[in-house]
Amino acid sequence: MGDNESVQVDDEVVIGRRGLDELMASLAALGYEVTGPVVRDGAIVHGPLAGTGDLPVGCHDQQGPGSYRLEEGQDEALFGWAVGPASWKASFFPPRETVWSAAPQDGSGTPSIAQADDEPGTLALFGARPCEVAALDILDRVLAGGEVPDPSYVRRRTGTFIVVAECGTPASTCFCTSMGTGPAATAGFDLALCELPPGGDGTHEYVVRIGSARGAAALEVVPHRRAGAADLDARRQVLSGAETRMSRRLEVDGLRELLAENIDHPRWEETAERCLSCGNCTLVCPTCFCSDVRDVSDLSGTVERHRHWSSCFDRAHSYIHGGPVRSTTASCYRQWLTHKLSTWWDQFDTSGCVGCGRCISWCPVGIDLTEEAAAIRETSATREGRDA
Amino acid sequence: MSARPTLAVWKFASCDGCQLTLLDAEDELLLLAQRVQIAHFTEMSRSSVEGPYDLSLVEGSVSTPSDAERIKEVRAASRALVTIGACATAGGIQGLRNFASAGDYASLVYAHPEYISSLDRSTPISDHVAVDYELHGCPVDRRQLLEVICALLDGRRPAVPDHSVCQECKQNGTVCLLVAEGTPCLGPVTRAGCGALCPAHHRGCFGCFGPTAAANTASLAHTLREAGLAPVDASRLFRTFNAGAPAFRAESLAQEHHDRTGPSRDPVRPR
Ligand code: SF4
Ligand code: SF4
Ligand code: SF4
Repeated sequence: MGDNESVQVDDEVVIGRRGLDELMASLAALGYEVTGPVVRDGAIVHGPLAGTGDLPVGCHDQQGPGSYRLEEGQDEALFGWAVGPASWKASFFPPRETVWSAAPQDGSGTPSIAQADDEPGTLALFGARPCEVAALDILDRVLAGGEVPDPSYVRRRTGTFIVVAECGTPASTCFCTSMGTGPAATAGFDLALCELPPGGDGTHEYVVRIGSARGAAALEVVPHRRAGAADLDARRQVLSGAETRMSRRLEVDGLRELLAENIDHPRWEETAERCLSCGNCTLVCPTCFCSDVRDVSDLSGTVERHRHWSSCFDRAHSYIHGGPVRSTTASCYRQWLTHKLSTWWDQFDTSGCVGCGRCISWCPVGIDLTEEAAAIRETSATREGRDA
Repeated sequence: MSARPTLAVWKFASCDGCQLTLLDAEDELLLLAQRVQIAHFTEMSRSSVEGPYDLSLVEGSVSTPSDAERIKEVRAASRALVTIGACATAGGIQGLRNFASAGDYASLVYAHPEYISSLDRSTPISDHVAVDYELHGCPVDRRQLLEVICALLDGRRPAVPDHSVCQECKQNGTVCLLVAEGTPCLGPVTRAGCGALCPAHHRGCFGCFGPTAAANTASLAHTLREAGLAPVDASRLFRTFNAGAPAFRAESLAQEHHDRTGPSRDPVRPR
């Protein structure tokens, strides 16, 4: 692999698997903690990456409502799978954290208060999917935007380097084409990889698009060649093939209003007969951001403020004086769906859903939000009224 | 005369595991002994201070006629009474007798069943006296037990969740056993508190902390059966340490009934 000329933003080059290894090394040398997809306990989750051998080599997933299976060791593909249960949310908005602690001081009577000020390393997300980048953009608006940015989120999120892996093999649960978030990467990346179909020896090459100056700097030291017309055509075919295979759809046209007009739809109660109120959908969702804050004391007199992920399915989450605002599963499920697809727009001027399909696969009873939205559309009182 | 509040620990029909959880708090016991006077705790010391007690922890279910009398005395001697564990809050594993006739068991187990004086049913403490707080688990979780004691001493509400085990599982980053391999798991309908211990060690949740307030046991049972679990096994799944908790008891009976008569009360499955 040859002409190692300098690269700049918007350039398209081709590297091989060894090039990916060198890219990881280059990122590590620049001081990033390189992290990305790894296999653990039969699923693709996130972990530190030292080389491409740590990636889910040859892994392919089968996903459906309430079901996930991983087949390992199939071939040489590094990115032949769709998103698993882990999302990058956990890296920037940890499931549990201590916000501050206060300990009694001997004698003085005034407690000493310590703000949590851990110095998180700067992450390089290696192999994040386009929908995951879109999800981070949404989380940024929610947690880092607005009048009061979340300091711990901002601390962790600042400077993140993003290497996207575009999608050639969506799962049956994916619907990013409906949400406009994939399978191609359009924005928000430093480098975007697309794994091309295997060559005669079974190995893959990668078209790399440069999205930022630091992306160019990281790639410069990696052996590469300019992408030719055939490479770019192969990339387009990978992505259009992925689009064609993506069978799941969410009709977003007028969805925001549709849900707002159907808060009394009987479907909410029907779905509640199946829904477990377990909250899995919200915790796997890469954009759900609800948390609970608890102050606890221990026997020594130390007081700590803890923050941890919560869910609109947790009855305590809507507890105010006198009881929970949402006490039934139907009201919780309605809150989840209408917030994701409708009131998120009112609040953050974006959809709360990027079409990753996690909530469909990881719902133990396989409740599918695209099916729920379609059912409401089919039998919407307002729609019928208008059509009549 | 000590100004510290007094703590008493009482045992009813139980295995002692919940009391031992307090003794197991090795790093905190000395601090606890500074904050409270441990006035009655026979698992720890045979010396006992007379009541009344500021805080009583009650382990075990009411299983015999004498239990039913003694719990009234404990209540009368306690300012706050907190029940700890599946026996005290739901009747415990000994509550399995509630699905059958206790007399039949006695004659199978004992050579002289006539010496046995036990009630027909094993029942939670709250069936007999007013309870100020219930802490669930089989056994209770050490951190939660200390949290409840601390909260009561500090006059605040205990930070004890009532959401599903799944939420702890997801916070831990454990891959869901039910979704990724079809392992039966009661996590979606079980109260958190254990830290999702079993799934972290590759075992489905056994339901030790009892049903959440929102538990939809019928839908979970339906899904488990669709994944191949026989109704009789689904029935048994709900019939362990918290067999007496109303939601688990009802589902266990429904699955048993299903086993005999076929589907009757499955949740609606649209489509
Ligand atoms: S709502 Fe579901 S499909 Fe949409 S982003 Fe969240 S987890 Fe993904
Ligand atoms: S929709 Fe599914 S994952 Fe979400 S709370 Fe209901 S049962 Fe759990
Ligand atoms: S393993 Fe069990 S407790 Fe954990 S998420 Fe899955 S169903 Fe819930």
